[in-house]
Amino acid sequence: MKISFIVNGENRSVEVDGNTPLLWVIRDGLDLKGTKFGCGKAACGACTIHVDGQAVRSCSYPVKMAEGKAITTIEGLSKDGQLHPVQQAWKEEVVPQCGYCQPGFMMATAAMLDKIPNPTDEDIDDNIINVCRCATYYRMRKAIHRAAVLNSENS
Amino acid sequence: MKRIKEIYLMIGVLILVFTIGFANLDYYHNESALKADAVLEEPFDKMMAVLTHKRCVNCHPAGDTPLQGEDSHLHNFDVVRGEDDHGLAGYTCSTCHSNENNFYSGVPGAPHWAVAPREMAWEGKTRIEIAQQMMDPSRNGGRSHEDVMKHLTEHELVLWAWEPGVDDEGVPREKPPVSKEEYITAVKEWIASGAVIPAE
Repeated sequence: MKISFIVNGENRSVEVDGNTPLLWVIRDGLDLKGTKFGCGKAACGACTIHVDGQAVRSCSYPVKMAEGKAITTIEGLSKDGQLHPVQQAWKEEVVPQCGYCQPGFMMATAAMLDKIPNPTDEDIDDNIINVCRCATYYRMRKAIHRAAVLNSENS
Repeated sequence: MKRIKEIYLMIGVLILVFTIGFANLDYYHNESALKADAVLEEPFDKMMAVLTHKRCVNCHPAGDTPLQGEDSHLHNFDVVRGEDDHGLAGYTCSTCHSNENNFYSGVPGAPHWAVAPREMAWEGKTRIEIAQQMMDPSRNGGRSHEDVMKHLTEHELVLWAWEPGVDDEGVPREKPPVSKEEYITAVKEWIASGAVIPAE
């Protein structure tokens, strides 16, 4: 079936089985490799993207549900060449170790900051539950607080 | 001689006690099986056999965490109900659950996926207590008997119980012990006859 949606601001269409996880459409169909496969069962968060501004785990989201929706991947987080505050903060705090889980974390964080602009540590603990095997959590926490500050300076 | 007789008597009593005890043990071990096999004749019995099943109770938890799986463990990944029973602001139910079951990931899905409000907790309650709460407008979201009937027989999330999909290992989830058609008929019959809740 043909499915049309907006990906990172661009109109895109794919001809694919509607039950295909959006993750694979993004990676293999649209060649956007930033979104990662981690577990395939919505447990790790590596595949987190935004659908109409909401964080969604794309390994468990059939592409047919993306019809007409605005999809944002890690590639689309920055705008007009400007890093998103989350990306800037991640860079300042040197968060990544191997880097595999980081796109998912950044997308989850960006979605959270839209709803909770100034999160407490408890908010971070409750809302950001992706998995990082390199255990960069402590740097992420600093980066999230930094991103909240950058966000408020920008707005 | 007398002592030997006493010993034989004691052995006989012990044998009797163990025999009866193990027989009863079988009864208790099989009690749940007996209940599962028991004939559910009354509409109330059929309805409550469904509503006390894990497919329903898992999403009517007593606490802030939904239950999950065939053993009704606390939902993995620190999932909580949040302020509106749809998860937290940055981590909603719909982050992982969509409008239908996902056979690739094993994540179940249905429209309006959420936890029942805290005042509609069923976990740990008897079927009588559940029925009483369900029919009490002060505790069921202000629903009339008609509203309750519609909810129980038409709501997509309720009816999901008969199409629960598979888990992350491809194992089908257990369905309620009564067919959907029988359940719907039982609910309508029970409510039409006055929604009488038995004493036990």
